[in-house]
Amino acid sequence: MTNKKVFNWLDERLGLTAIYKTIFERKIPKVNWWFTLGSATLFLFALQVVTGIMLSVYYVPSPDKAYDSIEFIMSGVAFGWLIRGIHHWGATLMVITVFIHMLRVFFYGAYKYPREITWVTGVFLLLATLGMGFTGYLLPWNQKAYWATTVGTSIAGTVPGIGDFILRALRGGDDLSGVTLARFFAAHIWIFPLLIIILIGVHLYLVIRIGISAVPGKND
Amino acid sequence: MSGSHNLSRRDFTKAVMTFVGAVMGAVVGIPVAGYLVSPAVKAQKTDAWVTIGPLDDYTAGQPALFSFTRAKVNGWEKTVNSYGVYVVRAEGDAVKVLSNACTHLGCRVTWQQDQNAYTCPCHDARFGRDGEVLSGPPPRALDGYETRVENGTLSIRLLE
Ligand code: HEM
Ligand code: FES
Repeated sequence: MTNKKVFNWLDERLGLTAIYKTIFERKIPKVNWWFTLGSATLFLFALQVVTGIMLSVYYVPSPDKAYDSIEFIMSGVAFGWLIRGIHHWGATLMVITVFIHMLRVFFYGAYKYPREITWVTGVFLLLATLGMGFTGYLLPWNQKAYWATTVGTSIAGTVPGIGDFILRALRGGDDLSGVTLARFFAAHIWIFPLLIIILIGVHLYLVIRIGISAVPGKND
Repeated sequence: MSGSHNLSRRDFTKAVMTFVGAVMGAVVGIPVAGYLVSPAVKAQKTDAWVTIGPLDDYTAGQPALFSFTRAKVNGWEKTVNSYGVYVVRAEGDAVKVLSNACTHLGCRVTWQQDQNAYTCPCHDARFGRDGEVLSGPPPRALDGYETRVENGTLSIRLLE
């Protein structure tokens, strides 16, 4: 019974039960499986964080070592292929779930008052997720990565007027180089994840505060 | 719940969620643990025969230094280690090959013909021609290698 005593002591001060109830025992309308996609995305993001941290244990973001370090992960480290595989497929899957999640919100009209800000944070979450994919793709530093990023950054460079500036800002110079790799790495493991974590915080705060919209009926 | 065989919907859900959660945790957790400790459990042993050269290049009774390098792949990095060994030839085919790493703390010893000893620059250790400790702090004689002479060519077994 001391367990209960300790818990009560903590609960009285931290409000654990209240937090639990707010998150897990909130009222929701009768919904369907499409409503699980936000949670699925959240789960995939958590998985990406874990596997990504694991990859950073052996990955080296330098032009002369990146490729070899990934080779090492694939064949020299126990379960390296699995960790990298989960990160690789998880990334693709996350883009898909984010997208379908957005489509369900769109088709159910769940973006309307009072959920506009949830939608806007969602738009930035989509962009940040795509940013993760774009920056992560370069990291293996193989031919496909190199040329995909050459093309991708060139496309960004076609913006009228400031295109050249954007191109050089993305590449960290005129050409793809070790500078590009380092800044993509920084964006991939620090900037975008931090952004995503903050945005998810606001997004879910709003989901819980406002509550989930119901499946629209014939007259909605 | 006590005494009842009926599982409430809530308890059933709880049990299923706990089970699924545990399975997912294990599926991710076990590979992650293996991945992290992988370099610690992988043996990186070398066991190779290194050719030193014709035995007849060496004069009996006069230890001579032979140096060689070996590349070692560690993760994504290739490092080249240098080795120095003293070939100590006796009469006939009898030969001893000693590491030049001092058995005290690993400095390199040098053969001094005039003193008839290997001396270590670090803490003044002295070893006799066959590697035995003459004076100083080393705990044991210089390490020897297993040797092999085939068609007059000397090789040593590098084990580490
Ligand atoms: C990392 C990406 C995202 C995560 C982790 C995430 C997570 C969630 C979760 C858990 C919910 C609860 C309801 C549900 O799952 O359907 C939700 C609701 C919502 N999401 Fe997202 N979401 C993401 C991206 C987006 C995007 C790209 C949009 C749209 C541009 C968006 C717009 C919304 C809106 C408007 C709601 C409220 C829906 C309602 O009240 O019915 N989210 N989100
Ligand atoms: S290392 Fe040779 S005497 Fe200390």
